[in-house]
Amino acid sequence: MLTIKDLQVRIENKQILKGLDLAVNAGEVHAIMGPNGSGKSTLASVLAGRDGYDVTAGAVEYDGRDLFELSPEDRARQGIFLAFQYPVEIPGVNNIYLLKAALNAIRAHQGQPPLDAVEFLQVVRQKMQLVNMDESLLNRSVNEGFSGGEKKRNEIFQMAVLEPRLAILDETDSGLDIDALKTVAEGVNTLRNESRAIVLVTHYQRLLNYIVPDYVHVLSDGKIIRSGDRSLAVELEEKGYDWVRQGAKAA
Amino acid sequence: MTDETAKVEELVHKEYEHGFVTDIDTDTVAPGLNEDVIALISAKKEEPEWLLEWRLDAFRHWTRMAEPAWAHVHYPPIDFQAISYYSAPKAKTDGPKSLDEVDPKLLETYEKLGIPLHEQKMLAGVAVDAVFDSVSVATTFKEKLADAGVIFCSFSEAVQNHPYLVRAYLGSVVPASDNYYAALNSAVFTDGSFCFIPKNTRCPMELSTYFRINAANTGQFERTLIVAEESSYVSYLEGCTAPMRDENQLHAAVVELVALDNAEIKYSTVQNWYPGDENGVGGIYNFVTKRGDCRGSGSRISWTQVETGSAITWKYPSCILRGDNSSGEFYSVAVTNNYQQADTGTKMIHLGRNTRSTIISKGISAGKAQNAYRGLVKISKNADNARNYTQCDSLLMGDTCGAHTFPYIETGNAGAIVEHEATTSKISDDQLFYCRQRGIDEEDAVNMIVNGFCKDVFKELPMEFAVEAQKLLNITLEGAVG
Ligand SMILES: Nc1ncnc2c1ncn2[C@@H]1O[C@H](COP(=O)(O)OP(=O)(O)OP(=O)(O)O)[C@@H](O)[C@H]1O
Ligand SMILES: [Mg+2]
Repeated sequence: MLTIKDLQVRIENKQILKGLDLAVNAGEVHAIMGPNGSGKSTLASVLAGRDGYDVTAGAVEYDGRDLFELSPEDRARQGIFLAFQYPVEIPGVNNIYLLKAALNAIRAHQGQPPLDAVEFLQVVRQKMQLVNMDESLLNRSVNEGFSGGEKKRNEIFQMAVLEPRLAILDETDSGLDIDALKTVAEGVNTLRNESRAIVLVTHYQRLLNYIVPDYVHVLSDGKIIRSGDRSLAVELEEKGYDWVRQGAKAA
Repeated sequence: MTDETAKVEELVHKEYEHGFVTDIDTDTVAPGLNEDVIALISAKKEEPEWLLEWRLDAFRHWTRMAEPAWAHVHYPPIDFQAISYYSAPKAKTDGPKSLDEVDPKLLETYEKLGIPLHEQKMLAGVAVDAVFDSVSVATTFKEKLADAGVIFCSFSEAVQNHPYLVRAYLGSVVPASDNYYAALNSAVFTDGSFCFIPKNTRCPMELSTYFRINAANTGQFERTLIVAEESSYVSYLEGCTAPMRDENQLHAAVVELVALDNAEIKYSTVQNWYPGDENGVGGIYNFVTKRGDCRGSGSRISWTQVETGSAITWKYPSCILRGDNSSGEFYSVAVTNNYQQADTGTKMIHLGRNTRSTIISKGISAGKAQNAYRGLVKISKNADNARNYTQCDSLLMGDTCGAHTFPYIETGNAGAIVEHEATTSKISDDQLFYCRQRGIDEEDAVNMIVNGFCKDVFKELPMEFAVEAQKLLNITLEGAVG
């Protein structure tokens, strides 16, 4: 589904990603861990198509197509969803209104008719229960005045409604209390199936108790320096990143 | 130069949709202004002697006044002698008695503007008094209004049929000598609308006037007067459109509102006069004096405006809070793109006790446009327990435009509570990216964010108007962010 080869990315002449390789197949869950500033959010942003990044080398294929030929909105319509590390506030824009516009834009791309208000509300009600979303958040302005946890939950709620094929979750677990963490994990697990893939960026192996990944990767200094299964995350938590870095050098 | 600005530069403004000229015979007075021209206008309109005297008096004031220079706008001097002060469509007979008699080309024009003039559209419940250049050509729904005792007609008709009312209220809110443009308007105004809502009457429908400047080189000087008697209510909608012209045209209107005890007037404007092209050529100079007098106790006047057009806008709809417990509100969205300039705001003059005022102003600038909010809140000595809340937000699109805020506060009463909040922001790349990541295309994302910014004002507009306002906003800003 997603193939990243030798990806090199610069921001304002600073090299952030330095030759990153990653392959994600449908049905898989990948966790990416790594120290602060190692380039995890940069990777997520580049995949979603944010401006301001200079791709200096490498290639990314999504469903066999060159990802970089697609605008951010086309990537979204073709099933890429990014749960932001820091969801932005948009004053005056109704949360549910934005979501309806998003869902209908995606449906239009798939050749489906737009949902009317009643049908849309049915979808919303169902997904709201799934992620335990407080109804009062629906009609507030997008993320405005939401607590940190509410913002994260709203991202997962949007994901549940939009049903992406490739979901990238950038530290969605940070700032969540233990109950919220469980519901978010449940939301993600419900979405998990044969045709979808999920990339989790996280600092805590705790999340991986609830969403069990197929692969764990360590991103350090712009490269994936080690990949393994879930036990790698456990080991990391015990021994820290230096341990992997040493290992990488030795290898 | 940032990425965003480069794209702003690239993209051109969507062509002005209403830029067509109706080709009909007009009865136009040669350019120039003197006492003879004023006498001629007055004679053509068969006006009573007192009104001619009133006009001449205004003219004499005007000749002694200087054009104001304090606004944050720039334009070459206007040659007032080069303007024609009267232009009326020539009637085939003695003037239309019904829609069938109205020049079909005129109706076509209205059609293009989307004005609901025809029978079926009237069912929408809007009574339209359409001002085409200087003379009202069609007034609808008069009968239903007459049943309620409401008078809604062109200003000229009011002068003929209700001279006592006109004489009692004309100039009582905006005196002829008030300011340069008001004096000019008082001398040469040709037509406009007149509304009178009698005591204890709730006007049975929203009243609406569409103004449209058509003939080249004619300034348009309408005069609107709305009087709401004790415990009455009226909602009035004003929409404006002008065709495309290379020359700059002058528009200097005066609107006077009078609210007696416990009366309420809600005045909404959507203004999209031709703004000039993307190089700043052409466009309307919109110099307007709008003022409401909350004369009675417990009265209430609210101004809601969405200003998307005009090359230059100079406009401060104001409220004089004379009656005790009266309240004034001002909700404004002013959008400027390309080389447009807007200097707009309000004045809230608190005279009575327990008076309240609310000001919500949203300025949006794109391109090379300049947008200024200028507001005065004045609390007089006797205005015990007066309160004002002002919120002034500016949104910048790109980095070649400007936003300016000039709040003036004068308090003569220590018990007054005056609050002022101001913000300036940009449409952030983060907001745009967030929407696009959800599948929404860039244009829709910009519209969504801008409309969100204006929400507090749009929610004050009547429903149909709010929809039109949103569309206009989207058209005006089309391509403003790449
Ligand atoms: N717009 C920018 N301008 C300059 N440097 C940037 C910019 N964005 C990111 N960086 C730098 O790129 C590096 C990688 O940042 P990134 O946000 O990808 O890290 P991260 O792995 O997500 O870290 P964290 O775990 O703290 O979220 C950091 O050194 C950061 O300072
Ligand atoms: Mg990050």
